[in-house]
Amino acid sequence: MSRKIRVLVAKPGLDGHDRGAKVVATALRDAGMEVIYTGLHQTPEMIVEAALQEDVDVIGLSVHSGAHVPLFRKVLTLMQENGLGDVLLTGGGIIPAEDMKMLREEGAGRLFGPGTATSELVSYIRESVNQESA
Amino acid sequence: MSSDLLDRIASGDRRALARGLSSVEDRAPGFRDLLRGASGSAGAAHRVGLTGAPGVGKSTLVSALTTEARKRGRRVAILAIDPSSPFTGGALLGDRVRMTDHLLDQDVFVRSMASRGAQGGLSTATGDALDLLDAAGFDLVLVETVGAGQGDVDVAAEAETTCVLFAPGAGDAIQAMKSGLMEVADLWVVNKADDDRAERVRADILSSLMLHDPPDDLDERVRMVSASTGSGVAALLDALDARLDQLEASGARAESRRERIRYRVGRAAAETLREATETSSSDALVDDVLQGRSSVHDAAEALLRSVASTSSGEQP
Ligand SMILES: Nc1nc2c(ncn2[C@@H]2O[C@H](COP(=O)(O)OP(=O)(O)O)[C@@H](O)[C@H]2O)c(=O)[nH]1
Ligand SMILES: [Mg+2]
Repeated sequence: MSRKIRVLVAKPGLDGHDRGAKVVATALRDAGMEVIYTGLHQTPEMIVEAALQEDVDVIGLSVHSGAHVPLFRKVLTLMQENGLGDVLLTGGGIIPAEDMKMLREEGAGRLFGPGTATSELVSYIRESVNQESA
Repeated sequence: MSSDLLDRIASGDRRALARGLSSVEDRAPGFRDLLRGASGSAGAAHRVGLTGAPGVGKSTLVSALTTEARKRGRRVAILAIDPSSPFTGGALLGDRVRMTDHLLDQDVFVRSMASRGAQGGLSTATGDALDLLDAAGFDLVLVETVGAGQGDVDVAAEAETTCVLFAPGAGDAIQAMKSGLMEVADLWVVNKADDDRAERVRADILSSLMLHDPPDDLDERVRMVSASTGSGVAALLDALDARLDQLEASGARAESRRERIRYRVGRAAAETLREATETSSSDALVDDVLQGRSSVHDAAEALLRSVASTSSGEQP
């Protein structure tokens, strides 16, 4: 049986709806991935613990709160602490280019701005995961 | 490598357990060694299956039962199975949304599994995953089936206790009768008892069970709960405990474990054979039938022989 790409899709923070995260989750499923969807209001601790239990290849965060920098940083730290350093952390939201660049330098993968085609995310995940396991 | 992984799993390393579960799900190299080690320590956890139509409240009840079991100091593992798309192989596994209460509890472990083409409400690796969870020392393992609303009957073979769930406006007794779910239940659970219509659902279940050969303690075994308010959940866990004690005392537990292993040996053999038919090495056998040189059954015999002679696998 071939290895399936497993992705955790989470919506951290307190802001209201998860439409964006659901669209992404559905697109990844339609691209043949196994998507673990955890719902709203997840703390970084909950996200990383779920990622650990589910043994995912990728964590995708949908962040629209403006608090993306501390959130991604906290998740990255917890990933390191829990031995998930080889898991790809990606995501999207209203994130200024300089923050994307900074978070990348700190260990996150590519982050995507609003309105990015989901197909772009799909190919990015496929390429990154295949590189990792090659 | 895998005996080391098993040691880590048995010592409570959750990362190791997560890795081990992936290994059996993916049928990764070494997964048989891992399971060989686990089979020795399997048998302690109470394996409870929960099935029923979409929306009856399986995930919510799994979470409520977990809350109750944690109050009693039990370690709980949850396997939640959702369907894979037959077209893309992808899956959206969303049961965790209802289980977030336990996310930071180190004595609760939740794993979502995609059915990966298996019919019957589980995935091919569910039984193997249960063995690993058992080896990891959980006291209670709850399995939530796909709940496609029809034919999720495999759970009865993998679980020691099967709960079939019903709820007003979701699963009803007639549907369950048609799909064979009614017969596989050890406990019939009417969820959403906070809804006025729940009594009616219970009455329907009782009357359809009366038509067949009802157990003496039928009244006890058709239970009302409200997973969202928690009412009746402690009593349901009491009933699960009582059942396990009874199975243990009568020797039925050991017997059912034997039967489960027998069933799983058959499934594992079938899996190996199915894989063999999917490789090009079976092309010649297929051609022989196509050209009238042999029958489908001759080809099957030949396939069995070739699998037997080549499956060195990973011998002990
Ligand atoms: N009123 C009421 N609603 C419930 C109860 N248990 C679950 N639900 C709701 O039923 C819906 C389906 O629940 P879920 O656990 O996802 O069902 P599943 O598809 O069987 O896993 C959700 O909206 C739940 O909030 C209950 O005891 N009472
Ligand atoms: Mg569910």
